[in-house]
Amino acid sequence: MTKLKSLNDLRKIRDELKSKTSIREKGEHPENLVQVKVAMATCCIASGSREVMNFIVDELEKRNIDAVVTQTGCMGYCYAEPTIEVTIPGKEPVVFGYVNMKKADEIIERYIKNGELVDGIIPVNYETIDNK
Amino acid sequence: MSDYKLHLLVCGGTGCKASQSELIYENLKKEIGNEGLSDFAQVVRTGCFGFCEKGPIVKIIPDNTFYTQVKPEDAKEIVAEHIVKGRKVERLLYTDPVAKKTAGSTREIGFYKKQVRIALRNCGIIDPENIGEYISRDGYEALGKVLTELSPADTIKIIKDSGLRGRGGAGFPTGLKWELAAKSPGNEKYVVCNADEGDPGAFMDRSILEGDPHTVIEAMAICGYCIGADKGLVYIRAEYPLAIERLKTAIKQAREYGLLGNNILGSKFSFDIELRYGAGAFVCGEETALIHSMEGGRGEPTLKPPFPAVSGYLGKPTNVNNVETFANIPVILTKGAEWFSSIGTEKSKGTKVFALAGKINNVGLIEVPMGITLREVIFEIGGGIKNGKKFKAVQTGGPSGGCLTEKHLNIPIEYETLVAAGSMMGSGGMIVMDEDDCMVDFAKFFLEFSVEESCGKCTPCRIGNKRLHELLDRICKGNGAPEDIDRLINLSYVIKDTALCGLGQASPNPVLSTLEHFRHEYDAHIIDKKCPAGVCKALMTYEIVPENCVGCTACARACPVGAITGERKQIHKIDPKLCIKCGACLERCKFNAVIVN
Amino acid sequence: MIKLTIDNKIVEVEKGTTIYKAAKKVGIDIPVLCYMDLADLGIEHKPGGCRICVVEVEGRRNLAPSCSTEVTEGMVVNTHSIRVLNARRIVMELILSDHPKECLVCPKSGNCELQSIAIKLGIRDIPYQEISEMSTYRVDFSPSIIRNMDKCIMCRRCETMCNEFQTVGALSAVNRGFMSVVAPAFEMDLEDSVCTYCGQCVAVCPTAALTEVDHTNKLIRDLANPNKTVIVQTAPAVRAALGEEFGLEPGTLVTGKMVSALRQLGFKYVFDTDFAADLTIMEEGTELLERLSKHLKGDKNVKLPILTSCCPGWVNFFESQFTDMLDIPSTARSPQQMFGAIAKTYFAQKINVKREDLIVVSIMPCLAKKYECQRDEFKVNGNPDVDYSISTRELASLIKRANISFNSLQDDDFDAPLGESSGAGVIFGATGGVIEAAVRTAYELFTGKSLEKVDFKELRGMEGIRQATIDFGGTPINIGIAHGLGKARQLLESIRKGESNFHAIEIMACPGGCIGGGGQPLHHGKTEILKKRMEAIYREDEGKTIRKSHENPYIIKLYEEFLGKPMSDKAHKLLHTHYVDKKKRIIYI
Repeated sequence: MTKLKSLNDLRKIRDELKSKTSIREKGEHPENLVQVKVAMATCCIASGSREVMNFIVDELEKRNIDAVVTQTGCMGYCYAEPTIEVTIPGKEPVVFGYVNMKKADEIIERYIKNGELVDGIIPVNYETIDNK
Repeated sequence: MSDYKLHLLVCGGTGCKASQSELIYENLKKEIGNEGLSDFAQVVRTGCFGFCEKGPIVKIIPDNTFYTQVKPEDAKEIVAEHIVKGRKVERLLYTDPVAKKTAGSTREIGFYKKQVRIALRNCGIIDPENIGEYISRDGYEALGKVLTELSPADTIKIIKDSGLRGRGGAGFPTGLKWELAAKSPGNEKYVVCNADEGDPGAFMDRSILEGDPHTVIEAMAICGYCIGADKGLVYIRAEYPLAIERLKTAIKQAREYGLLGNNILGSKFSFDIELRYGAGAFVCGEETALIHSMEGGRGEPTLKPPFPAVSGYLGKPTNVNNVETFANIPVILTKGAEWFSSIGTEKSKGTKVFALAGKINNVGLIEVPMGITLREVIFEIGGGIKNGKKFKAVQTGGPSGGCLTEKHLNIPIEYETLVAAGSMMGSGGMIVMDEDDCMVDFAKFFLEFSVEESCGKCTPCRIGNKRLHELLDRICKGNGAPEDIDRLINLSYVIKDTALCGLGQASPNPVLSTLEHFRHEYDAHIIDKKCPAGVCKALMTYEIVPENCVGCTACARACPVGAITGERKQIHKIDPKLCIKCGACLERCKFNAVIVN
Repeated sequence: MIKLTIDNKIVEVEKGTTIYKAAKKVGIDIPVLCYMDLADLGIEHKPGGCRICVVEVEGRRNLAPSCSTEVTEGMVVNTHSIRVLNARRIVMELILSDHPKECLVCPKSGNCELQSIAIKLGIRDIPYQEISEMSTYRVDFSPSIIRNMDKCIMCRRCETMCNEFQTVGALSAVNRGFMSVVAPAFEMDLEDSVCTYCGQCVAVCPTAALTEVDHTNKLIRDLANPNKTVIVQTAPAVRAALGEEFGLEPGTLVTGKMVSALRQLGFKYVFDTDFAADLTIMEEGTELLERLSKHLKGDKNVKLPILTSCCPGWVNFFESQFTDMLDIPSTARSPQQMFGAIAKTYFAQKINVKREDLIVVSIMPCLAKKYECQRDEFKVNGNPDVDYSISTRELASLIKRANISFNSLQDDDFDAPLGESSGAGVIFGATGGVIEAAVRTAYELFTGKSLEKVDFKELRGMEGIRQATIDFGGTPINIGIAHGLGKARQLLESIRKGESNFHAIEIMACPGGCIGGGGQPLHHGKTEILKKRMEAIYREDEGKTIRKSHENPYIIKLYEEFLGKPMSDKAHKLLHTHYVDKKKRIIYI
């Protein structure tokens, strides 16, 4: 480690490291954040949910969107996997099916950023595992 | 490499470590490796989460799942279920003792709901052995800002404006203390961190040093800059090996980063820190005694003035603050005095860390805003009294404090209100008592502590406390005389009035406050020769109720001293002269025939 | 200046003055116990530990210890309010509750500061004695000092003397709380510690926690034994202080009365250690001259400065603390031991008494002397040259016990031949005296000229370290003097570093020299008494017809009849000694 020579040096490495730990406190006040839950049962993983989750986390970060992405168990829509649930502060949660990278990109860009409705919503009464 | 998507935080505090949290950490790492998720999920060893009652703790980020009382063998299930499949392991979730509901996330746990974490902001969140994690959360920003943009006087002004007061006990305004040391003439000055935490049951300083050592280092450097010192000393108990280890690691890292040493961050300011070990004497928490101990002398207080700010370590101006006080400094400087002073009450700003102990459901470490009521702390955060018993009293301020009762539950926790109620803030111990605790015995317990921990320098503390203890002991044994009460009161007031240091001056407080609120218990011991709570053995009598006795001889066989006589199928009798009150007969009797008076 | 009110009296004192001293200024005597002001020695011991001296200060939360609280402008002090009197009484009762109640048979009874304050405070009861535990400790016997720590009240005066003044470091507080006590490290025996037996701890102890080993009963038995010839030698400092024990003004010389009393007590011969002091000068002075002339001739192996060796506390000090410098001090024995050696040879032959039947007792202002006379170096076939030494205080107690009306005694003279002395022998009792005596003789022997003026005032005084240069007929001789072992340490360290250019140094362990010894009447903090004793010593010197040791006719005769000449083989055998490295003996746990 070379010694830090100024406040700017310090801030530079702070900014580099920020994302490494910022996730740890986000979950404390999720009501103010965009929440994305990715279903992560065996069937979902087989359909590529882990890759989708990685993609969403990285993209949200890149696009400077304050969000918290968590995993959850099977949502029960195995026919439409991978499935994700998106909650925008102040709005009802919405579940999307058949989310691949392209779809995920569209959801982020249009629904999360601009609040536009996107195809692929599963408009049924459902319960997530957390609410059971 | 991109960031980890999942973080598994494993508590590495002393309490959880004692319950094999290190093995849990290793197992989780291994399981995650086995699942091929090492790039996806990260296992972090953090400082204390505070909820020691339920340790070891594993917290999963980002969904804030809080696993309690985890065993090393649970690692496999946590990874297979939660990490791989996203399904929570229900049986390890925290269950509310009253509502009997499991909590999926920390936000649903009563223990955390009302807490505001400033001093403990990084505890349980970062890896204390990784300076990068501290920096990532604005660590050393305050030091950098102060060195680059603020003069010592400006900095002191911010601390003064924030209203921060010493968290070690007496509540002296921190900014003012710094200002006195800054104004003291001299080229050689010292910053001392008092980490000689000695209150029974209090462990906030240890937790901060174990969980966030860099915050103390940063604050000491800031203090050094403000008062004109280039040397810092941490006086830490040798009984805190983990805290010492973490602190040493942190100092080493800070030096490597150039955050300690010469010309910090390109400024003209140089500062370094050394450790000094204490041998675990309570009185060394008193700053003059602490300084004598650091100098290699006997840990004894001396009269103030001169205050350490004028003549301290090696006779040089010295500023002594405790760990928790220092832990508040960096945040105040990054977030501003206004932000800090908006928390708390008019005279007591910010938060205070308390160690909850005794007959309370959620034993552990909490940080709450000043002004919160005792009721909120005990019944909401603390989860109420164990086993549904009735609340009787709470001792705040450790052996120097006093007990507070039902009628004090709604008073806001502040320095002044606690003193007005006959207790004190102290370093933040809170020992809760229920209906089964005897207050005379309780006062005796604390007196015993003061007797043990007196340095022996002044008469009132050396002999006076001993005599107080003897009087209490005599009362507990049923030999008390009515005039003992007057004697207790007079002796207590003289000790308070004449003892040399804070330890002696405060040691009679438990006696005086229990006498004030529970005089009837003293009277019961002295006049009726009874201990209402059934604690004082000498005052208990075991008897057999003839109506219930079937003559099974079980009690007689259980009695270790042969105090119970009686033929088979005949009513048995206990000889009170022989009985040692061990309670074996009571345990053995199946017919409720043995009773205690 | 600071203005304040004490008991409604307005007082004006300098900044930094304590309440206690300010009160004293207007005649208010606040009782103090642990406090000790040895102004002339530069020691003010004010730990604020006993809390007897507390007073009420308006506006202050608790009571203030007046001994260590400085006055502030406008301060209003009450030294006898109900609150103060109650607190003072309770504190005193607490101290007494942990103190043995055996005043009737206590060696300090009547001379005990704890007792006087208990009387002053009107304590009539020690409540709850039946449930009060006492802190008890093993009694520690050493050859000179007895430590009975049950009587220790933790005033810590002894610690200040041992550590700050003497820098010996034998005593410090150990243990915590109720069991805390002043003791050698690890509570080892004093005998195994670095203690020098200087006795300054005993001199300041307010109670009988530290006392001398008492040989008076042994002496009474020996005096009554018809088969023994018991003779006595008295050190110079005794005659300048003994009178104090009988109510005489400090500084009263009681030489003649003392001799008279000793004779009445039954000593067969009453001799004077001053005689042996003259002998010491002959030996030590010769040794100095020998080293000096070798040095002046350019001998690089010769050790200078020469250090005096007549103070046994000082000898113990360098034997345990400066073990690398054991070859610097003079090898001459102390006057006490020279006397013993001569008494049990030369004199025993003269009166035809067998060595075993002759008992030599010394009266000393010193406790280290008790240790010194039982050292193996000073025994012949197990029989010590000096059988035992009793202190000035013990002698006073004996005289009182024997029903002797001291103040009305007629003066008497010492016996011959070991009772005659010069003024040089007398001044051994005060700091600077030994070196002045040595100079008087060495000058004449070195220059071959007679001294016109025998008083060397430049060598006298109370300052801790003094130095002077004496002109030995064109050769300047640099002389250093230290009294108190702390000052001795400073001098020795400068020698060790090679910073000093002294030819000769005199060192005495006690403040003021022997007149302030650990066996002298207690001064109770009044250090001006030491000055008065010192003046008395110099008066005695002035009154002598012979002022130089080598002119003492009995000394001349002793060399003619018995020893030959100074530093002869016989003199070496009887009058010189060697030093041991005590570090090897001291137990380091």
